[in-house]
Amino acid sequence: MTFLETVRTAFTAVMGRKMRSALTMLGILIGIASVMLTIGLGQGAQQQITSQINKLGSNLIIVSSGANSGLTVANANSGTNNNRTRFTTPLTLNDAAALADKNTCPDILRVAPVSTTITTAYNGTASDTPSVVGTTPEWVDVTARTLTEGRFFTSDESNAGSMVAVIGPGTATTLFGSDAVVGQTMTLSGQSFTVIGVLNSVGTTLSGNGDEQIVIPAGTYAQRFSTSTNMNTVSTILMEAKDKDSLSAAIQEATTTMYVMHNVTAAAPDFSVSSQQALVETIGSLTTILTALLSGIAGISLLVGGIGVMNIMLVSVTERIREIGLRKALGARPSIIMLQFLVEASMLGLMGGALGIGLGIVAGRILSKAISYPVIISVEATSLALAVSLVIGIVAGVYPAWRAAKLAPIDALRNE
Amino acid sequence: MPMIVELSGVHKTYKTGSITFEALRGVSLEVQENEYIAITGPSGSGKSTLMNILGCLDIPTAGTYLLGGEDVSTMSEKELAVVRNKRIGFVFQQFNLLRSMTAQRNVELPLMYAGVHAKERHTLAREALERVGLGDRTHHRPGELSGGQQQRACIARALVTNPDIILADEPTGNLDSVSTHEVLRLLHELHDQGRTIILITHEHDVALESQRQVQIYDGLLTEGLPV
Ligand SMILES: Nc1ncnc2c1ncn2[C@@H]1O[C@H](COP(=O)(O)OP(=O)(O)O)[C@@H](O)[C@H]1O
Ligand SMILES: [Mg+2]
Repeated sequence: MTFLETVRTAFTAVMGRKMRSALTMLGILIGIASVMLTIGLGQGAQQQITSQINKLGSNLIIVSSGANSGLTVANANSGTNNNRTRFTTPLTLNDAAALADKNTCPDILRVAPVSTTITTAYNGTASDTPSVVGTTPEWVDVTARTLTEGRFFTSDESNAGSMVAVIGPGTATTLFGSDAVVGQTMTLSGQSFTVIGVLNSVGTTLSGNGDEQIVIPAGTYAQRFSTSTNMNTVSTILMEAKDKDSLSAAIQEATTTMYVMHNVTAAAPDFSVSSQQALVETIGSLTTILTALLSGIAGISLLVGGIGVMNIMLVSVTERIREIGLRKALGARPSIIMLQFLVEASMLGLMGGALGIGLGIVAGRILSKAISYPVIISVEATSLALAVSLVIGIVAGVYPAWRAAKLAPIDALRNE
Repeated sequence: MPMIVELSGVHKTYKTGSITFEALRGVSLEVQENEYIAITGPSGSGKSTLMNILGCLDIPTAGTYLLGGEDVSTMSEKELAVVRNKRIGFVFQQFNLLRSMTAQRNVELPLMYAGVHAKERHTLAREALERVGLGDRTHHRPGELSGGQQQRACIARALVTNPDIILADEPTGNLDSVSTHEVLRLLHELHDQGRTIILITHEHDVALESQRQVQIYDGLLTEGLPV
């Protein structure tokens, strides 16, 4: 008896009891579908995060003032908690200039010092309260933004403190409606600014709503908005590493440079260097853990499904005791009977799994539409689900198959 | 004629919990090749027990059984499966056809376990069904066949592997007189073609169809028919 014939025999048996087979498969089906959905959601989240990195510029490095802000790279092992109470040197344009020095920081491509505040902008009666960013022309590249209209300001404008602004698309719509925006003026803290460009839409990213922004020259910001006594003070310094591979080298260079500039040591830094990558990786691994956890919970229904298969196979062996006896009388060796029932159980598992994958894909599509969030069902997840359902079928089949194989032909054939 | 069956001093004891029951109490029987023998006896006398041992479905508790000169009384289940497949064709009172399969597939079953290729299996099963007069019923399922036709399919299944012995346990027990006649005619034919036939029955006239009758009573054999 070839394996193919065994498969055919098992298929006949499964199909001969359609209703029961369908109910048996249901457990596996639901289990596989829910695992597929969970993994799909997890992978969707992963993809969202990846696209966020790309939006933000994947090689973005941020230097912020103070030692313990957010996810830092530089002060990972600074044990002292009272850094903040000691005097903290604010970040300045001098720091930015030092970080832009190609001799000491060869892996840093561009530097953009950034100061931010929140102010209401007016155009007649229309108003909007976006974040106001004072920076240099490098900002647009460092943050991987583009302009949909007009232009960004120049270094000359930046140094001269020109009253020009580049605004986010959200702010543009709020203030000017559907009118042409470039060339319009708006009032910001009582000052009149000319809009010279509109930024592309990026939606809300890990660093805030990129569509609700007004970007103005650093010089202008220093003169009109700075609250510090030192006009050179900035909130953060954004940098772009040359490429993904030089990211950690760039972080190292930035950290070393900042130690020198602020005259501090690794033991007590007064700044922190973080990268978008690190943040994203942390969120990514959290997502992975969450996905694994949820899949584990969904997996419990798979276990229940497996027990269902085992149960039905045991019932099946008892019911088909005469059939087993007859097959043995006709010359079926115990190993063949064992294989027949194993294949039957695997078939139930596999069919349930295949249907579960189908349901998972359909439910994933619907869910994705309903919550407008990507649900990604990958080939890897699908093959894994199929393999898992096969394994469940086999494991659930072992004991019933063994029982069938061990039946004595006379007990099986006895006339009732 | 060489001996095909040599049973000597065969005992079979059933143990159910603490109760033991001796269903065969020293049975010796020799059957020659191409003999047609009938075993009769009242209900509970041990006919089926003897049949199970003769058919290698069970092994004796004591005593030896040589089948075609080969000692099968100590074989493993795996070896017995091969012996059953090659040497024995069973005809059951209950027919024991698989309901989900056509007559054709039912007859193919023993060939499948013998490892015969699909094509050859197909031809052999067809021939066997034609031989028992079911050439036009090959694709019917057991439920679509009459009792007599089912028993003929069962005989086809028993003869398709060309076994040394055809073992029939009450083959006519569930049949009307016309079908009984038909089945007995087929057994005769098989006997004429050189097969050894062991027929178990409690019907006197059915037993008289054979060349030799033995009688079992309380687990012991005697030659001849009861008076
Ligand atoms: N598996 C078994 N366990 C215990 N007792 C059995 C078993 N099989 C048969 N017997 C007993 O052995 C005796 C002979 O049974 P059996 O060979 O079936 O008789 P027959 O076929 O002649 O009616 C009966 O009394 C029966 O109850
Ligand atoms: Mg009986």
